[in-house]
Amino acid sequence: MTATLPQLPSGIDSFKVVSKYSEPVRRPVEPVGRYFLAHASRIMRGHTWSEYEKLEAERNVKQVELDNDDDIGDEEQDEELLEHDPREWKTADLYAVLGLSKLRYRATEDQVRRAHRKLVLKHHPDKKSASGGLDQDGFFKIIQKAFEVMMDPVKRRQYDSVDTNADVVPPPAKSKYDFFEAWGPVFASEARFSKKQPVPLLGTLESSKEEVDAFYAFWGKFDSWKTFEFKDEDVPDDTANRDHKRYIERKNVSNRKKLKQEDNKRIIDLVERAYSEDPRIKLFKDAAKKEKERKKWEREAGSRKAAEEAAAKKAAEEEAAKKAAEEAASSKVNAKKAKEAAKAAKKKNKRAIRGSAKEADYFGDAGKSADIEADIDTIIEKLDDVQLGSVAGKVNGANADSVKQVISETASELIGAGKLEKSYLKYF
Amino acid sequence: MSAVIGISFGNTSSSIAVATQDGKVDVIANPDGDRAIPSVLSYVGADEYHGAQAKAQLIRNPKNTIINFRDLIGKNFDDADVSGSKYGAPAVKLDDGKIGYQITRDNGNIETVTVAEATKRHMLQMKVAAEDYIGKKVEGVVITVPTDFHAHQREELTKIVNDAGLKVLQMINEPSAALLAHLSAEESRLTEDKLYVVADFGGVRSDAAVIAARGGVFTILATAHKHGLGGDLLDDALAEYFAKEFEKKKKTNPRTNARSLAKLKAESITVKKTLSNVQTSTCSIDSLAEGFDFHTTINRLRYELTARLVLSDMTSFIELVVTKAGLENLDIDEVLLVGGTSHTPKLASNVSFVFPESTVIVSPALDSKALNPEELVCRGAALQASMVESFDEEEIKESLQPVVVNTQHLSKSIGIKDAEGNFTPILVAETAYPIKKSIEVTNGSSTSVVIDLYEGHRTVKETVIEAEKYSDDEEDDYSDEEPEVKKEIVYVPGTLLAQLPIKDLKPNSKLEVIVNITHDGTLHVSGRELKQGSVAVKGEIQA
Repeated sequence: MTATLPQLPSGIDSFKVVSKYSEPVRRPVEPVGRYFLAHASRIMRGHTWSEYEKLEAERNVKQVELDNDDDIGDEEQDEELLEHDPREWKTADLYAVLGLSKLRYRATEDQVRRAHRKLVLKHHPDKKSASGGLDQDGFFKIIQKAFEVMMDPVKRRQYDSVDTNADVVPPPAKSKYDFFEAWGPVFASEARFSKKQPVPLLGTLESSKEEVDAFYAFWGKFDSWKTFEFKDEDVPDDTANRDHKRYIERKNVSNRKKLKQEDNKRIIDLVERAYSEDPRIKLFKDAAKKEKERKKWEREAGSRKAAEEAAAKKAAEEEAAKKAAEEAASSKVNAKKAKEAAKAAKKKNKRAIRGSAKEADYFGDAGKSADIEADIDTIIEKLDDVQLGSVAGKVNGANADSVKQVISETASELIGAGKLEKSYLKYF
Repeated sequence: MSAVIGISFGNTSSSIAVATQDGKVDVIANPDGDRAIPSVLSYVGADEYHGAQAKAQLIRNPKNTIINFRDLIGKNFDDADVSGSKYGAPAVKLDDGKIGYQITRDNGNIETVTVAEATKRHMLQMKVAAEDYIGKKVEGVVITVPTDFHAHQREELTKIVNDAGLKVLQMINEPSAALLAHLSAEESRLTEDKLYVVADFGGVRSDAAVIAARGGVFTILATAHKHGLGGDLLDDALAEYFAKEFEKKKKTNPRTNARSLAKLKAESITVKKTLSNVQTSTCSIDSLAEGFDFHTTINRLRYELTARLVLSDMTSFIELVVTKAGLENLDIDEVLLVGGTSHTPKLASNVSFVFPESTVIVSPALDSKALNPEELVCRGAALQASMVESFDEEEIKESLQPVVVNTQHLSKSIGIKDAEGNFTPILVAETAYPIKKSIEVTNGSSTSVVIDLYEGHRTVKETVIEAEKYSDDEEDDYSDEEPEVKKEIVYVPGTLLAQLPIKDLKPNSKLEVIVNITHDGTLHVSGRELKQGSVAVKGEIQA
C-alpha cells in the first residue's frame, strides 16, 4: 500500500528545515556478511551511494558477459559429417559432431552436456521420422557415441590424445614467416598434453636467455600423457577364437607403443626445428661470441699494456740517448770554441797589459823598459783569467800613471796573496 | 588448491563447515560421523582420543579426559572459573599462573597439558577431519567466539589456531555468525530490517544477543551471558530423576559412585536427545550400581516437568537480554534459538509464550524447515570464510579497523506523515550510516503536496480483544477473566524535521521520496515524480 501525501498547506514555498534529528549513537557493526563488506568498501573508499551503485552495476555486467555462451552447440554440421557411417564413428570428428569444433578440448563438461541436449533435440530419430525420412538415425548414433566419450574423463583423454584437428600445424619449412606468430600457438597447443603444468610458453623476442633456456630445457624432456587406445582395433570377444583375440590385443599394445614413440619423436623434431630457427638463439649466440671476444680483449689487456709500455720506454730511452749524444757532441765543440775564445781573450788581455806599459811609454822610464816588461810578464804569468780580464779592462785606454798604479796594485795584491815574491820584481 | 572452512569452537562441542561453489554450506562430519564434535580430548597410555571417543572415556578414565577448556583460553587460574572440569581431568594452576591438566601417559609418566596445548591438539584433529572430508588442504579458517571473549583471549586463540597450521582469516562473534547463517538461507531475508534475539544455549553456558539487522548490516545492541546455565543442567535434572527411580526400585544410591554418576549422565544425554524428537524414550543402563541393571521409560511430559526450572531460567534469560537492550518483547521480530539445547521442544514453546504472536521463534521444534541450531554458528563462519577468502590479509585487517566498524547509528526512526496523519517510516532506528532508502507514495487528488519529514515516536497501542460472548450462559466464570489485551508498537510522528513541497502534479501520480544520510551525518531528502524527465526537489539537513 502506498501512502498518500498530505496536501500542501499554504505558506510553504520551498524546502524548509524545522529542526535537527536526534544525535546518532556510535556502535560497532558486526563484521560479517557481504552487506558488511559492501559497507566497509563504501567507507574505506569513501564512495557515495551513486558511485557505489555504478561500480556494482559494472561488476554485474562483467559477470553476464562471462556467462555469455548460450550459442553452444549451435554450429551447423556439414553434409559429409551428417552422412557419416555410424559404424565408422571413430573416424568422425567427435567435437564437430557435438558442435564444439571451436572449443574442442577446452569445452567444459557442462558445455558438452548443453551442446548434447541441443543436438539431441534436433537430431532425435523421432523428429527425423516425423519429417518424413526413415532410417535417419545414423548421425544420432554418432552423437550418442560422441557424448559417451566426452562424459567419461578417461575416454575423453584418449580422444583428445588423437584429436589432431585441435593441433596447430607448425609452419612449412623453408617458407617465410614470423617465428613467434607461427610457433607460439604450436607450443601452446602441444602444452595441453604435458603431465607437468604449467608449461613455459615460447615468449617473445625480448625474452631473457634464462627464459629461453628454461623453455627449451622443458620441451627437450617433454613428458606427455597422450595415449593411443582410441586407435585400437576392436577386440573381438573370445567366444569365437581366443587366439585371435589375444593376437589383436598384442597388436594393439604394440601399435600404441609405436604411436607413442612416433609422437615423442614428433615432439623432439618439433623442438629441434624450433630451436634451429629461433632468432633468439642466433641473437644469444652472437651475443655470446661478442662477449667472448670482449673477454679475450680484456684478458689480454694486461700484457698488451706492458708491451706498449716497454715499447714506449725503449723509444724514450733511444730518444734520450740520441739527445745525450747530440748534446755531448755540441758541448764538445762549444767547449773547444770557448777554450779557444778564452785562450784568445787571455792572449788579448795579456797583450793588452803588456802593451799598456809600452803605450804609456814605460811610465817615462824608457830606460827600464826591459825590467818593466819582464815584471809585467811575471805578473801576467801569475794572474788568473778573471784578474787578467779586470786588469786588462783597467789598463785599456788609461793614462800612464793609472796604468802604472794598476799594475803596481796588482803586483802588491799578488804579493799580498803570496803568489809572487817581491824580489822577483825589479821595477814595481 | 586449498579450501577455507568455518569452525565453531564451543566448550562442549565444536563443528566444522565448508561453503561449496554453489553457495550451499556443508557441515563436515568427523571420521566418527559426528557433525557436532565433542570438544574433548582423552589420553589412554600413548593414545590420544578426540571427539565422541574421548567423551566415552569420561566414564572409565575421567582423570585423563580434558573437557570444557574453551573458556579457559588466555585466562589465569586465579581469575577463571574451573568448575567446568569437575567431571573430567581437574584443572591445576601452573607455575606461570596459567591453567593446565595433569595427564597420566604410558608408564605412569605425568604430562602437563596446558589449555593452549589442548586447544591446539583439538584444532589439529578438526583440521584433519576437514581435510579428509574436503580432500584438499585447509588453509584459512573463520572461527567463532562468544561476544564476551575479550581481546586478549581472541589474540591467544588466534595464536593457538595459527600454531595448529590454520590461518585465522577472521574471528567473528557467535550470534552474528548464527544470524548470518539463518538469514543467508533465504536471499530475501538478508535485507529485511528486523530486530533479532539470538539465544545460544550450549552445554555449560548460555549467551544471548539482541541484534538489529538493517539492510544486511548487523549491530549488536545488547548481550547477556550466563555461565552454568545450559544443557548440562537438563542432563543433571534427568540424571537426578533416574537416580531417584533407581533408588526407589533397588534401594541403592547410585550417586555415591563416580562411575555410576558418569553412566547416568551419559545415558541422560541420550535420553534428552531422543525426547527432543519423540514422545517417549527408554533408559537402560547395565550395572548402574552394585551390579544392578536399570531400565525405565520416560515420556516427554515427565521430562519437561523434571527440567521445568532450568527451562524457565532459560526463558527469563532471553527476557533479560531484551530488557538490557532497553527494548520490550514487543520490539523483537524474531528469536533465533541456537545451540544443541535449542532442540528441546519445551524451550521453544516456553519462549513463544513470552513473546507476542507477531514474533517468530526459529527452532526446529516449531518449524521443521529451520536449520539445525547446533550447526548455525559454524555455517555462518563458513559463509563468512568463503566471502573473505578472496581478500588479502591486509584488506581484511583494514576493513576491521575501528574507523570502519564503529559507525554512527540512527537513534530514532525517520519517516513521513501521510494525509491521515500516520507515520510511515523510511529509515528505521539503529541503522548504520551511510543510509539510503526510498519509498513510493502518491499525491492522491491534490496537485501540490508536502513531504513532512518527521522523527518517529514509539508508542505502544493496546487493543482490548473482547472475550467471545457465548450465547448460552452456561459458565459465567469466564466473563470474570481479564480481557485479553493485544499490544502492538505504533510509531506516531514526533519532531518535525523538515518540509519539502512538491507542486504541479497530476492527481494520483506516483512519487518517490528518497532519504539519504551520508557518512558524516548530513541528511538529504529529495522527492520527485516517477516519470521520465521529472526534476527532483531536494533539501538537506546538516548534522
